[in-house]
Amino acid sequence: MPNTTVLAGTFSPIYPKGDELVIGTIAFLIIFTIFWKKLLPSIKKTLDERTDAIEGGMERAKEAQAAAAALQEEYQRNLTEARHQAAKITQDAREQGAAIVAQMRGEGQEQRDNLVAGGRTQLDADAAATRAALKGDLGSLAIQLASKIVGESLEDEARQRGTVDRFLSELEAKADAASGSNTAAAAKAGA
Amino acid sequence: MSLSLAAGVGALNTDSSGCHLFGNNGCGFNNVAPGADDFDFSNRPWFHIGTYGVTKPVVLVVLITVVMVAFFWAAFNKPKMVPRGVQNVGEVAYLFVRDRIARDSMGAKGDKYVPFLFSLFFFVWLMNVMSFVPGIQFPVSSVIAFPAALAAMVWLTYMYAGFKRHGLGYFRVLGVPSGVPLGILFILTPIELLSNIIVRPFTLAIRLFANMFAGHLLVATFAAGAWYMFSVKGIFFSGASFTMAIVMTAFELFIQALQAYIFVMLTASYLAGALEEAH
Repeated sequence: MPNTTVLAGTFSPIYPKGDELVIGTIAFLIIFTIFWKKLLPSIKKTLDERTDAIEGGMERAKEAQAAAAALQEEYQRNLTEARHQAAKITQDAREQGAAIVAQMRGEGQEQRDNLVAGGRTQLDADAAATRAALKGDLGSLAIQLASKIVGESLEDEARQRGTVDRFLSELEAKADAASGSNTAAAAKAGA
Repeated sequence: MSLSLAAGVGALNTDSSGCHLFGNNGCGFNNVAPGADDFDFSNRPWFHIGTYGVTKPVVLVVLITVVMVAFFWAAFNKPKMVPRGVQNVGEVAYLFVRDRIARDSMGAKGDKYVPFLFSLFFFVWLMNVMSFVPGIQFPVSSVIAFPAALAAMVWLTYMYAGFKRHGLGYFRVLGVPSGVPLGILFILTPIELLSNIIVRPFTLAIRLFANMFAGHLLVATFAAGAWYMFSVKGIFFSGASFTMAIVMTAFELFIQALQAYIFVMLTASYLAGALEEAH
């Protein structure tokens, strides 16, 4: 077997050589020193900064969210308040409007009543004046008619007036007794 | 670097390339088979510095040192908040060692040892992976001196950390496992002390060395076998051997990373033992 002869010779793979031990140790120590002092602190710092940046970002996002929620709440509150106010204003306006309408209606009624009353008084006055005028005319007309028929002048005014007045009063009394209207009495007087 | 690439080619079978199973009569496989001698470079240095003959493993260790520092210098020297290119790769490596190795075994106390574990992990892995690099194809960690040097530093580190943490009470941590009855301690304590103080560095170094040594020997043997049996008659034997060489190379790629991980994981667990609370 070749291997046994090799192992029995000068070279043994499990016996470390001094120079290689030293070189291996130095090589590792160089690598270790560079990584320990320079490279790994550098990347560690960057990773920490990145973590900070991400966590800071999340923190800021949380703050923004809270602010937005507060703002929304305030907005909601303002909105509710505004709705209340609007409703109140509408209510007030409606009440005021109703009051104004009622007031106007009252005033209108009053004016109408006044107009009606005024008109009625005017009418009564006119009717009385007309009646008085007609009474006069009717008397003189009746007398003229009677004079023509009788052929003589009935000069005595005092007597004449008393007669006519008496006759008209009787006529009116008759008309009143028969619950007649002015027109009916006038018609009867005419007849 | 071009020197090492050029000189590394055909380190195996340089003097027996004409030997074939079905060709030359009387030429046995023992003439071409790789052996322990292939790991001995002392009689074939590449060049001399003064009287010191610089061999392939030594050149490779220097190369690894340069490559490792250069790569991580590019990744970590001017790190950006938003990582680009190699910094991404470097960060993954850094976070793997910090979170999966240091913190998983030691907790927050492990952060202090991240540079040590990080240097160890990538130094060991690069030594192993030299087995795969075309033109080099030699695992530097199969030269026992390098795993031994690293194991010695691991030993110094965890012993220092332990004595610094516990004073002489560290012997108690090393030799007296908790919850063991007094009678058994008479037998167990000497075994524990021997195991934790003497045997640990040896197993650490030899585990790495032997895995890389054996793996390289296996690949080399299949490769040599493929060449040895290569002929018209032996094409299937040669093909099978060649296939195995490829399969074993792929397997070795996995073993290289695994052994580097185990080496650093054990270092972390020794450190965790040294830093644990006294009981």
